[in-house]
Parts: sequence; structure tokens; C-alpha cells
Amino acid sequence: MYPSKFDYHRPSSVQEAVQILSSNPDAKILAGGHSLIPVMKLRLAAPAALVDIGRIDALQGISRSNGSLRIGACVTYHEIANSADVQAAAPALAEAAGQIGDRQVRYRGTIGGNLSHADPASDLPAAALALGATLHVTGPGGSRSVSASDFFVDLMMTALQPDEILTGVEVPVAQSGTGSAYVKWEHPASGYALCGAAAVVTRGASGSCTGASLCFNGVSSTAVAATAVAASLVGSDLSDATIESAVGDLSIPDATGDMFASAGYRQELAKVMGARALSTARDRA
Amino acid sequence: MAGESNGAGVFGSSIRRREDPELITGRAKYTDDLQLPNTAYCTILRSDYAHAKINSIDASEAEALDGVIAVYTASDIADSGVPGGIPVGWLLPDMKIPEHFMLAKDTTRYVGDGVAIVVAEDQYTAHDALDLIYVDYDPRDGIADPKKATESGAPLVHDEAPNNIAFDWEIGDKEMTDAAFANAAHVASLDIVNNRLIPNAMEPRAALADYNNITGELTLYMTTQNPHIHRLLMSLASLGLPEHKIRVIAPEVGGGFGSKIHHYADEAIAAWASMQTGRPVKWTATRTETYLTDAHGRDHVTHAEMAMDENGRFTGLRVDTYAAMGAYLSTFAPAVPTYLYGTLMSGEYDLPAIYCHVYGVFTHTVPVDAYRGAGRPEATFVVERIVDEAARVSGIDPAEIRRRNFVAPDNFPYQTQVALAYDSGNYEGALDKALAEIGYDDFRSEQAAAREQGKYLGIGLSTYIEACGLAPSAVVGSLGAQAGQWESAVVRVHATGKVTVYSGCSGHGQGHETTFAQIVASALGVPYEDIDVIEGDSGVMPHGWGTYGSRSAATGGSAIASAAEKVVDKARTIAAHLLEAAEEDLEFENGNFFVKGSPDQTQSLPDVALQAYLAHNLPKGIEPALEATSFYDPENFVFPFGTHIAVVEVCADTGHVELQRYLAVDDVGNVINPMIVDGQVHGGIAQGVGQSLYETAVYDEGANLLSGTMLDYAVPKAHFLPSFETDRTVTPCPHNPLGVKGVGEAGTIASPAAVVNAVVDALSPFGVAHIDMPVTSEKVWNAINN
Repeated sequence: MYPSKFDYHRPSSVQEAVQILSSNPDAKILAGGHSLIPVMKLRLAAPAALVDIGRIDALQGISRSNGSLRIGACVTYHEIANSADVQAAAPALAEAAGQIGDRQVRYRGTIGGNLSHADPASDLPAAALALGATLHVTGPGGSRSVSASDFFVDLMMTALQPDEILTGVEVPVAQSGTGSAYVKWEHPASGYALCGAAAVVTRGASGSCTGASLCFNGVSSTAVAATAVAASLVGSDLSDATIESAVGDLSIPDATGDMFASAGYRQELAKVMGARALSTARDRA
Repeated sequence: MAGESNGAGVFGSSIRRREDPELITGRAKYTDDLQLPNTAYCTILRSDYAHAKINSIDASEAEALDGVIAVYTASDIADSGVPGGIPVGWLLPDMKIPEHFMLAKDTTRYVGDGVAIVVAEDQYTAHDALDLIYVDYDPRDGIADPKKATESGAPLVHDEAPNNIAFDWEIGDKEMTDAAFANAAHVASLDIVNNRLIPNAMEPRAALADYNNITGELTLYMTTQNPHIHRLLMSLASLGLPEHKIRVIAPEVGGGFGSKIHHYADEAIAAWASMQTGRPVKWTATRTETYLTDAHGRDHVTHAEMAMDENGRFTGLRVDTYAAMGAYLSTFAPAVPTYLYGTLMSGEYDLPAIYCHVYGVFTHTVPVDAYRGAGRPEATFVVERIVDEAARVSGIDPAEIRRRNFVAPDNFPYQTQVALAYDSGNYEGALDKALAEIGYDDFRSEQAAAREQGKYLGIGLSTYIEACGLAPSAVVGSLGAQAGQWESAVVRVHATGKVTVYSGCSGHGQGHETTFAQIVASALGVPYEDIDVIEGDSGVMPHGWGTYGSRSAATGGSAIASAAEKVVDKARTIAAHLLEAAEEDLEFENGNFFVKGSPDQTQSLPDVALQAYLAHNLPKGIEPALEATSFYDPENFVFPFGTHIAVVEVCADTGHVELQRYLAVDDVGNVINPMIVDGQVHGGIAQGVGQSLYETAVYDEGANLLSGTMLDYAVPKAHFLPSFETDRTVTPCPHNPLGVKGVGEAGTIASPAAVVNAVVDALSPFGVAHIDMPVTSEKVWNAINN
């Protein structure tokens, strides 16, 4: 487990980091390092340089204002899972972060690294997608915002340009009547999601559903939204039977399988995990 | 046992392991921690192909890399004049033994087969250089499935082994068994795949070789469970150095589970590279190399049938197995699916006819060899699964059918139809205890009620026997072992009465430093704190055979007890002289000699030791000093047994199996340290549950290892497991001085069948008769839904 040689940079500002990235086309951003370092040790990746953004203050911290929660890109899973603000404003995100890896991974891994890596079996993408997160990005030309639904392009591919850095994630604070949940079926070896379901539902004054979102990790090449299932729930009473019937029609195009679980089985798991996530979200709404 | 009168109570008490403070604070020194001046680092280029001809190797770029000392290939090893072999140490009749050289000469036979060696100034350069060696391969078809490998047209691993058959072995009486089936009232039949496992010792294998080209001596620090075996094989087969010029040292070794018994090419390569360069050379496996080169375990394809009369009495067992050997015959590989497997087919049962046939099969995979349990988990799985299937087809309760067929407690010694003679046992005793503790009778009604609510509970029994502490040496030799199976010990009482014990065993996590000291404390009546145990250095202790096969307590412990007894005998002679009494009039209690009836005037063991070393006043004919050596060759195997019970709940929606309870009632004879025995049982169960629910080495059709990392290969995690319940019955071994049996493998042997039996029981409403391991949620879901 000896990586190839690489240069190491530790910028103190986002601007400096962007500058280094722009002038080193083979550089990679190092945040928590829990995805990047293992592949470097296996020599599956051999970046010429690492840009360690772990000490940039602007990428730290969780703050709440104007109905949204802003989470710095270098905030760790542990901080997110244990943040009272996140737990209150976006329970699905806290739940997803709390189920990643083990304690050591959660102390090091970051939300920015996770979303930028876009591992389809990771836990945060579906939560970000279901919660309608906005991702803030800075590059040589300045800053821009990308919605989660535009961010995840394909297997480990995002809307990020090579010289751009994800600086933070903005999540709307759940209004009264809205509940969210993340339920996961973990791969026994890797701990990644064989299937992870993130659900957000909103109930109107009458109790009927006024909005729903259901997204999955682990079953496709990117986090995927089950838009038809979610749409079919709007206007419903969100009873267990209604949820069960809605997820019964779930079909994930391009579901993927591997030696541990076939695509077909993952689809079946998605129905069960989806129903569990929806009913938990409903109970919280 | 010797010294049981001392009353110290050390033997049998749960003393905390004295090894642990060093281990858990990081002070322990493993092979890779050791630093010698001027050390060079070695890496090994491994084949990416399961099967390929090597057309040519171009190492010029690697050789030119700054910091690279040398790059070697097989021809360099051959040209150096060393034997260069990696031998098999267990011979079966008519077995095909293809050449196994330290590096592939012209053909690679598994992904991971060594092709070239880099020696460099540092680890990073040594790894960088691997990327600069260009091998021109001509890829060929490979095969990984041991049954398909025997079919005509399958790619051949070795030309000299037609149909890839390494050996064709049988045990039992075929005619008698066939007759039993001809007259059977019921027949149970199962096709079973015993899944291939990858050992996951926490510490990867490593070697630090220091060849002194002035003296011709090689000091080899390495991750080994048996330093003397490695010294022997390094000398005879690999390096050609005289045995007395090789010293093999096992520093702290971080687990093995069998994977560090075997003689691999890699450690020999490090030693050879040190001989070539005249510098210390270190090789440390990466975790990837561990997966690609540590001998794997299990990998059987089996058809088993049980014949019964109308009362569910077993009348015959027929077993046909294809056992993978992998690409080459590893050190003890041929013994594993034969003498450690076929001989166990009687289980705990009075089985009048047994026939077991085994093909040992070459495949384009990592060699397969002993892995915790070695043959006995495979046998137990066959026997305990077919017994449950027999219960199912005959409509008899699984506990009841076992009870009907057990070897009765008054039927010992019991000669099985497959060579072993069980010396003692009380199988029903362990079963009854386990059934009572798990609440078996109540469980059935709970299970029925739960099913009404769509909850699927299952209970699974495994009433296992195992044979461990292989012995005696003459018998083991007659079966093909190229090794003895006795053990050595030295008990040295120093002049101050402190004691150093040397054992030919070589612990790597078992707690020998604690338990062996407990044996000696009891035997000599010396405080436990005054006794140190040293193992794992072929230059220090007499020849020994190491630690594996649950042999250390039964064989190594007995050697220690026997040496301690010799010490007491000599001390008694000296004490009698000092007390001016006849030896036969002396008592020995709590470390003190005294004349019967005069306990006030004593000679303590330390008193005697001082006199023995001063040698000013010794009886005539008695040599100075106080120590003894013993070479103990047991009369027979030891036969631990017990009942394990698993309780599971299966989720019909997802197929998830939740292991709710796991109870083990084991009989390992007398217990030296109950806490350590419980620890062994816990670890063994976790490993067996791992095999039954999670772990499996997956090869694709072309014999590429797909489960090549810990991301893919599921070693069980703590939160997958319930808190195990353990209990014991005690039936002492009648033939060794301590009355102990082995315990290191019991959990691994018993648990896979218990778990799978429980899952199959839970799924009985769906008509499921069998599910192969690992019982993943997908397999269960399919069983329910298809």
C-alpha cells in the first residue's frame, strides 16, 4: 500500500486552492482523504499533486439563516450527524451522515468530498437530492450554484470542472409539516449502501400529502430520484397501504448489480427501503 | 495432573492475559516493526492472469530506476544453485506433485503467482519499480470451479495432472454403504458448496531476512505459526542452507488462522534476496497481496446422502467431494480434505456404514490449505446439514433424530467406520444442556405463533465433534505427513526459583504466555508471576512443530506438564537429600517439600533450586542445575465436542437474516483458563458465522479473483453479531496428563451448520431444503419468492 510520488499543497484560502488547481491539471483535492487515499494506495489513482483544503477556514462550519442551512464543504460526517441544527432542519441528512462507514471514517470524511466524489453507493447524494440541496462552487471565473439534481452527472462524475472546488452545501430548513428520513441497507463488507433511500414528505393542513421526494443511493450509477412514485403520493393520505402500493410500482431504469447483489434484488430492496423511509418521513412531518 | 496438590488454584482460573497490555498499547513488536541497519526492501511482481505463458520479461527500466538494487526472475534463482522449491509436506498415494518453484518459470497459474522480484533501497522505490517491469504474457483459459475443472476439455493447470486431478482418495466401505442405501426406508440427499474463504489475519505476512555471508548464517524473522517447520523447509527445499545455519524467529505474530503455517515462496524470496545482496531484506505483504497469496480455505463441491431405517436410525452415509487444491499443492493441503475431513464423517453418530470419496483438484486459483478448522468445518457442515435434511424427510424433530443416533456415553472408546477411535464423550449431555438453556421446547410454539404474524423464526442445531491435536506421530506419518506431531518443552528453574518455560509451540494470539504459565504454576507450586514463557525461536528452543490444529494445549501443554513433572522429580531427590529423608516419605505441596507429618520443616522449590545451582551438596549421581526437557508424543487425537444452537429471524421483505441468539455448549475437557477458552469460542463462532452469512471468495469464469479487497469480502463486524452465550460440559481427555482437549477451532467447526440449519428451519414454510453459504439476503429473498 505505497502510493506513487505526488506533490503536496496546503492552501489557506479557496482562491489559493483554485489557483493551484488551475496550474496543476493532474492535481486532486484532498479533504478527508477517505476515498482518495485508499485508491492512491492501491495505485488505482496517481495524481501528480494533492491540494489539501482541510485547513481552509471558509470551508468549515454549519450555519442557519433565511430558511436554509449552510454546511461548509469540509464539515465532517460526525459534525453533521451530531449537529442539532442539521437534525432539526434536515433529519435525512443527519441520518445519512451518521450511517457512513465507522466512527473513524465519520471523524475524517467530509460532505464536500463525499458529494464531489459522487460514489453512487455513498449515503449523502440521495439525501442531498431528496432535500433539494444547492451546491456552491468556486472556480477561476468566480462562484456559481448548482442544484443537486444537476450536480450528479454519472458514475463518479459531477458538474464540477477540474479547477473548481465545492465550497458548501445549502439545504432548505424543513418547514412545519415536512419530515425527512434516510434508511439504508448496508453492504456487509464495504458498509456502503446496497440501497439507501432518502424521503421527504410535506403534509398539508388536512394531513394529505402536498409534496414528496424519494431518492436512492446504491441502485444505479448515480443517486436517482423516483419521481413517479413521489408524484403519485401527492394528494394521498400517506397511509402505510398507500405508500406500499406507490413503491410497488417503483422501477429504477439502469439499476446496477454486482457480485454481491443483483440489479433485480436491489430494485426489490429499494421498494422496501423506500417505503420505510417514506413512512418515517411521514411520521416526522 | 502433576502438582494438582499444590492448591494454588492457578490452573482453571480466568487470569487476565499477560500478553494484552503490550498488544493493546502498541508496544508489541511485529516483523515489520523490526529495523536492521542497511536493510533493503523487496517487492514481488505478480501475475495479473490466472493462466498465461510468459514469453519474455523486460526489467531494464526498473533496473535503471534510482534506488533499485536488483530485479530478479526465476532464472536468476535457478542459476544461483539453490533448490528453489516450495514443497508439499503431506503425501497421498499416487498424488500428482507438479513442480512449484519460488517464482513462475514460464507459466503463471493464478492471479498473484510471483513473476519477478525487486530489491530496492526503500519501500516506495520497490513498489514504483514493479510498474516498470514489462511482462509479455500469452494469456490462456483458466478455471476456478473444482468440479468443472475435472470435466473433459477444462483448461489444465498442470499438464501432468489429467482432468486436473491431484489425487483420488477414499475412506470407508463402499459396498457396505451401498447396501445400506439399497435397504433404506428414507434417504436424505443434498448438494452442498462449501464456500471458499480468504484468511484475514490482522497482520499481513512479512519477513525480514538477514544473511551473514561471512558466517553463512541466515536469521529469518517472519510471521510464522511454526518456526521449526519453516526452518526445515527453507533448508531442504528452498534455500539449501544447512539447517543449523538457519534461525527462524517469530516475533509477535498478529493472528494466522492457519495462513501462517504454510511455507510460501515470498518469505523464501526475501531470504534468497538477502543471500544475493548480502544485506538484510524485508518483505511485507500488502493487504492486496494477502488476498492474492495467503492460502485460502474450504472450496468444496459435495454431494451427500444419508440412508435411514423406518425409525430414523442412520444406516449409511455416502459423500462425494471435489476439493480445490488451487494452482499448487500447499504445505499440508492434501491432508485437509482427506484425513482431516473424511475421518470426521461419523460426527457424533453411531453410523454403521460410511463411504467418502474425494477428488483433490487443481484450479487456477490461490492454493488452498488449512484455515481455522481445516477439513473439520467442511465435514461438520456436511454431516450436520444432512442430519437436518434427514430429520426433514423423515419427519423427525432435529434434536430427536440426533439423540436417536448419538454414540451412547457407555459406548466409548468408539471405533468409527472412518479410522478414528473416539476416546470419550457424552454427546447427549451437551445436547440436553444446550436445549434447556435455549428453551427449545418453548421455541417451537413461539415459532408457530410468530409465523401467524408473518415473522419467520428458525432454530438450528450443530452437534459437532472434532479431532484435534493430531497424533501420535507414527500414525500421522503412516497417513502421509512429512512431519512429526509431538511437541517439546523445557522447564528451567533458575537459581532464585524463577522459571522460564520454552515451548516448541508458537502462539500468535492464543494466550500461551498466560495459560502455559498457569500449567507450570500449578505443577511447581511457584507463583504465576515468577514464570515466563518463551516461544517462537528455532535458535532457542528444542525442535517443535508449532501452533495449529488446536494442538497447543493438548500436545504442547502436555509436554510442559511432563517437563515440569521431571523437574519436580529431580527436586524431590535433592530435597530428600537436604531433609535427610527418603524420597518416598516426602510430600510436595504448594511448592514445598516436607516429610509426611512434619510440615514445619520444608525445602521450598527455590531453596532446592539454589542448592541445585550451587551444587555444593547434591546427592550422589545428581547433576547440577534444575531443568528438564520433554518431548511429548500423544497416544491419540483429542476429541472435543458439543452442541451449538443458532436462533435467527428472517425478514421476508428483504431476505435479511438476523442472528438473534447463539449458544455454544462445548466440551473441551479440563479448562486451563475459562476466559481464554470463552474468547476462543467467541472468535471461532464469529468466523463461522462469517462463513455462513457473509464471507466468500468469488472468482469469475476466467478465474480472476473478484473479491480482492475488504470492500468486497465481508468479514463480519461486531454489530452483525449478538452477544454469544457459552457454557461447557467437562469430559476430561483420558490420555493426556492435563485432561485437556483443543478449543481454538471448535467455534469455526460447529457454527456454519448451526446458522444454516436455523435459516432453513425458518424458511420451512416456503419448502426450502437448502441454501448454500454465504446465506446472503438476496439468496434468502430468492428462496422465498421463487
